[in-house]
Amino acid sequence: MADIKVAAYICKGCGLGERLDTDALVKVAQKDGKVPLVKSHDFLCNADGVAMIRNDVANEGVTHIMIGACSRRAKTEAFFFPENAVARANLREGVIWIRPDTEEARETTQDMAEDYIRMGCAEVKAMTAPGGNPNTGSNKTLLVVGGGVTGMTAAVEASKAGYPVVLVEKSSALGGWGARLFKRIPIHEPFKSPADTGVADLVSQVMGDSNIKVYLNATIAKTEGAPGRFVVDVATESGATHTEDIGAILQATGFTLYDMNKLPELGAGKSPNVVDQAGLEALASEAAAKDGVIRRPSDGQPVTSVVFVQCAGQRDTTGTHLSYCSGYCCNTSVKQAMYFKDANPSVETVVVYTDLRTPGNGEDFYRSAQEKGVIFTKGKVSQVLPSGNTSTVKFHDLILDDTDATIADVDLVVLATGQVPNSGVNIEALAKPQVAGEEGEAPAEGEAVEVKPISILNLTYRQGPDVPQLTQGFTDSHFICFPYETRRTGIYTAGPVRRPMDMAQAREDATGAALKAIQALENAELGRAAHPRSGDLSFPKVRLEGCTQCKRCTVECPFGAIDEDEKRFPVFNESRCRRCGTCMGACPVRVISFENYSVNTVGAQIKAVDIPDEFSEKPRILILACENDAYPALDMAGMNHNEYSAFVRIIPIRCLGSVNTIWVTDALNAGYDGVMMMGCKSGEQYQCHFVKGSELGRVRMSKIDDTLKTLNLESERVRDLEVAITDIKRVPEMINKYAEELVAIGPSPFKGF
Amino acid sequence: MSANTAMATKYRNSFLKEVEEQVEMGDWVKMCMQCGVCAGSCPVNFQSAWEHPPQEIFMMIRAGKREEVLTSPSMWNCTSCYNCIVRCPRKLPITHIMHGLAEYAHRLGIAPKMQPTRFFSGLFWKNATKTGRVNELKLSMGLYFKDGFGAGVKEGMKMKDVALGLIKAKRLNPMELLGGHKCKDQKGIQAMLKKAYEIERSRKAAKMAG
Amino acid sequence: MAKREYAFYPGCSSQKGASASNYLTSVESMCKTLDVKLTEIPDWNCCGASIGYAEAGELPRHVMNARNFALSEQHLPGQEMVATCAACWLGARETRERLTHSDTLMADTREALKEAGLQINEMPEIRHMVEVLIEDLGFDEMAKHVVRPLEGVKIAGYVGCQTNRPFGVAGESFENPMYLDKLVDMVGAEAIPEYDMKVTCCGGALAFSEPEKAQAQIKDIIESAYDHGAEMIVTPCPLCQANVEIYQGQINQRYGTKFNIPVLYYSQLMVVAYGGSAKDAALNGQVIKARKLEEIAAKPVKR
Repeated sequence: MADIKVAAYICKGCGLGERLDTDALVKVAQKDGKVPLVKSHDFLCNADGVAMIRNDVANEGVTHIMIGACSRRAKTEAFFFPENAVARANLREGVIWIRPDTEEARETTQDMAEDYIRMGCAEVKAMTAPGGNPNTGSNKTLLVVGGGVTGMTAAVEASKAGYPVVLVEKSSALGGWGARLFKRIPIHEPFKSPADTGVADLVSQVMGDSNIKVYLNATIAKTEGAPGRFVVDVATESGATHTEDIGAILQATGFTLYDMNKLPELGAGKSPNVVDQAGLEALASEAAAKDGVIRRPSDGQPVTSVVFVQCAGQRDTTGTHLSYCSGYCCNTSVKQAMYFKDANPSVETVVVYTDLRTPGNGEDFYRSAQEKGVIFTKGKVSQVLPSGNTSTVKFHDLILDDTDATIADVDLVVLATGQVPNSGVNIEALAKPQVAGEEGEAPAEGEAVEVKPISILNLTYRQGPDVPQLTQGFTDSHFICFPYETRRTGIYTAGPVRRPMDMAQAREDATGAALKAIQALENAELGRAAHPRSGDLSFPKVRLEGCTQCKRCTVECPFGAIDEDEKRFPVFNESRCRRCGTCMGACPVRVISFENYSVNTVGAQIKAVDIPDEFSEKPRILILACENDAYPALDMAGMNHNEYSAFVRIIPIRCLGSVNTIWVTDALNAGYDGVMMMGCKSGEQYQCHFVKGSELGRVRMSKIDDTLKTLNLESERVRDLEVAITDIKRVPEMINKYAEELVAIGPSPFKGF
Repeated sequence: MSANTAMATKYRNSFLKEVEEQVEMGDWVKMCMQCGVCAGSCPVNFQSAWEHPPQEIFMMIRAGKREEVLTSPSMWNCTSCYNCIVRCPRKLPITHIMHGLAEYAHRLGIAPKMQPTRFFSGLFWKNATKTGRVNELKLSMGLYFKDGFGAGVKEGMKMKDVALGLIKAKRLNPMELLGGHKCKDQKGIQAMLKKAYEIERSRKAAKMAG
Repeated sequence: MAKREYAFYPGCSSQKGASASNYLTSVESMCKTLDVKLTEIPDWNCCGASIGYAEAGELPRHVMNARNFALSEQHLPGQEMVATCAACWLGARETRERLTHSDTLMADTREALKEAGLQINEMPEIRHMVEVLIEDLGFDEMAKHVVRPLEGVKIAGYVGCQTNRPFGVAGESFENPMYLDKLVDMVGAEAIPEYDMKVTCCGGALAFSEPEKAQAQIKDIIESAYDHGAEMIVTPCPLCQANVEIYQGQINQRYGTKFNIPVLYYSQLMVVAYGGSAKDAALNGQVIKARKLEEIAAKPVKR
């Protein structure tokens, strides 16, 4: 290992030279920081300053650089030294901008700056520049699972971008739901009439593209590996399995229509003249093949009156049916009503709705339907009573407040049911045993008693065979920040499997997801992390000799990046990792670390701070602030010159999930009066950029009470704060409040030990 | 067969179609999207004076409630303030549809008999078209005495101060009772209007037959 | 030769001795000062107002308005038609638009007009008096003639419905038109732009047929004016003027209020500001006397 030579650079620009005694800072770096080469500069980020640093690296053998200037989030291009370990002491946003420029404040401001210099020097010594993963996968093929409109669009777009595609479709033909439509909702001016679906065109595009390899009647039997080096087994009808090498995966498995038979009160299952929207598309296609007259299924007579029932089995607040709105069904009923009116204007068509939702350019489409004579009645259908060849529709007329409103002699009733995503196995529910069949139903002969949902991807990942689901059975996507991202790196979901949507939205979604998948496989080859730490070359290294096989890292990783080998040791997959450090925080024996971020890099900073004794009236408060929301909020508080306590020492961390409890214990032992964790919101409406990180961090910290008791410390000394990036005013206020409360509690009894 | 029965028979099961063909601006009724801004904007509706505000009327037309709509006093509450028209997101000419429905109900003879605005509307038109210009005094008297002589005197007494104020201000001429302002070519006006009614009736009848 | 000439359509209420004869007098005085020549259309007829619909139907109503167009075209060719009454203006404009957009309606109208020996070749543009003042003359020109500003008088500008909706004057907003406030400013008085009842309906014809309903609205209109500190109300519509002015006694009886606020036409304000006498401004035509204006009108003009 090469010798390390540390150099420290103190900037005097942006007011640092005026507000601080930079000569004193130089001395601190030399004495306390024990840095052999320390320089100050009037304007470190300018060409001259940067050249000075580069020169020292090239000619003075400097390997590790400590920069005492602005925040690490500023001037990243100027201070870009990828071959070296770099630490940044935040003297500007973190010190002079949050302290008043007065004589009384000068001393504590200087104290703060000196501590940050000590911390920076200690940190950089514990770091090495990340070398990157020498064993990356370089496969550039995209696997698309699902051959509907979404999957086909993704395949075509990826192929146009120059990437080979393997498309796996479980049925015998491409096209999915789109192929079952008679016509589609228009997507071009003037938006007045149903249009050609365009699916046949798309299918021939896919089949005719030599870049796209299509498997029909096929499913995924096994998915192994990581982005850049997935190995996927495709099981085909003939029984043979084909193995494909894949760079990234796109799941476009679409939806199933909600089972209409769950709505007997709406006549479903009681008469062939009550159909769902798929049923109507079939009737319309059938009619078009003959004489163009849509006929009622019971006796083949032409339909003279049809009622469309919206929100059938959806937006249900009782918990019996789907609770959400599927978004596309109102536009679809408008379209289907036009199938009748365009062929024969005297057919009575009524749409009974509570809210008519026509996203996209649906308003023009809606108006066109009204001009064609489709009647829209605002009401909630309570019952559909079939009798003979017709039905009676009973509803609550919401405008006239008439609960007994009726439409009699209806030939055909169409129920607008909703989308249920084909997400695969809910891995979080896997722990619970499956219930055998439905209540009262005996299992069929030869059928297994347990009814298991079928996995789509069959991942060999330790955490489960499919992509995690977020809510209502839809695959998880980080909707706040990164809607396409699932909790599995390199695997993207698109189309209605991700959230309810129509064909136009699905095509956009597919294109976006394809782009993300391409980005992922390119990054994988370079050993670079995907978002949010885009481009990060560091990845977890584990000292297996110290590992106790407790499995905490494997189980807690929010992205399922860690598998297990036969000896039950964790196996880290670099290209599945998002570099959050949750594994590092989880490990009780601290054997996991990153080259530039470890238990030591933070621990050293904590111990480098000078802790005055209890009579000095200068408390010390440690704040561990997550780099995604909390640290930017603190920086922006500085930019707005919102002041906060001079006694805090802030260390940026990757995620609350990476906080190892040893840091808290070390801090308390060292005599800090308080430790506060600042991280993003956790829970169902999470904002944590690493999904589960802040939640895990908080769960671990909640168990720290016992430790505090053994140390005889008040539990109020250790705090957790949920912070959003917009809390620019709130964060300083919360810090100041916390500081006041700590003063009231009194100084830590551990000072001076 | 009365006009009303004839229409009801012809348009059985489709009051909406009837309104489209026989009521002024009736073809707009199907474009309503039930947002309720009209009902919320109508100043007279603030006093809850409408039995059914326009939003409900449109819904009732679609629901085929012929009797309820045409016999309702609701439409007669419209003061032609046009607030609904300028706010309707679908640009329905609501004021004219309301007047149109009122006129239709009146034409069929089933509008509420005792509705005072119905009476006043007819009175005004007859007054204005008699000589071509409104005789204000005769108009007011016609209104007061609509329920008979005794009621008329009572009304007159109630309005005494108002009348006196106007007379003093020279804005009401008691001599109007004997004559008042008029056009010269009254014959021409009568002939012109007769022709206009003829044409309109034949057009509406054609729609009914068609 | 006057600077501007228009064919004048006064409407039934703006005739001598009729309910808006004070409006007529003040408009004549105002136009004299502004050098605007209004020539009454010979033998003009009633427009049918907004209330005639029960008996009028569609075509007969349009035909009544069309007769005025024909007469105007015949006797005053090339001149635009100006109405002082809001309903006349609105009705005539609506008819003009419908006839422009429907060939059938135009053909039917021509057939009916033939019976009266009249014909339409080109319909005149239909203007309201305030449109002419604001668009053709402009506030600057009108202000030039102000020799006796109505200082210290707070006036609420009650625009009402029909000069405002659905056509509006000079492209102003339907919800908060400012033209009356600007006019009040121009004559040197104090405007109340935030007067929140400025576009609320006075009840129109219902003041005759269903007085309780109309008076409930009129009460709000007057109360709000008082609440904003107004001493008078100004309006551009004859029916609004009458409705808001003449029933105050009845409203006071019904609601226990003590209203006694004068209601003026914009033309009356302008005549007084232009140096005219109380007679010129037809102030004697007010049922509730506008004492302050009478005092100002009695003062000599400062030269």
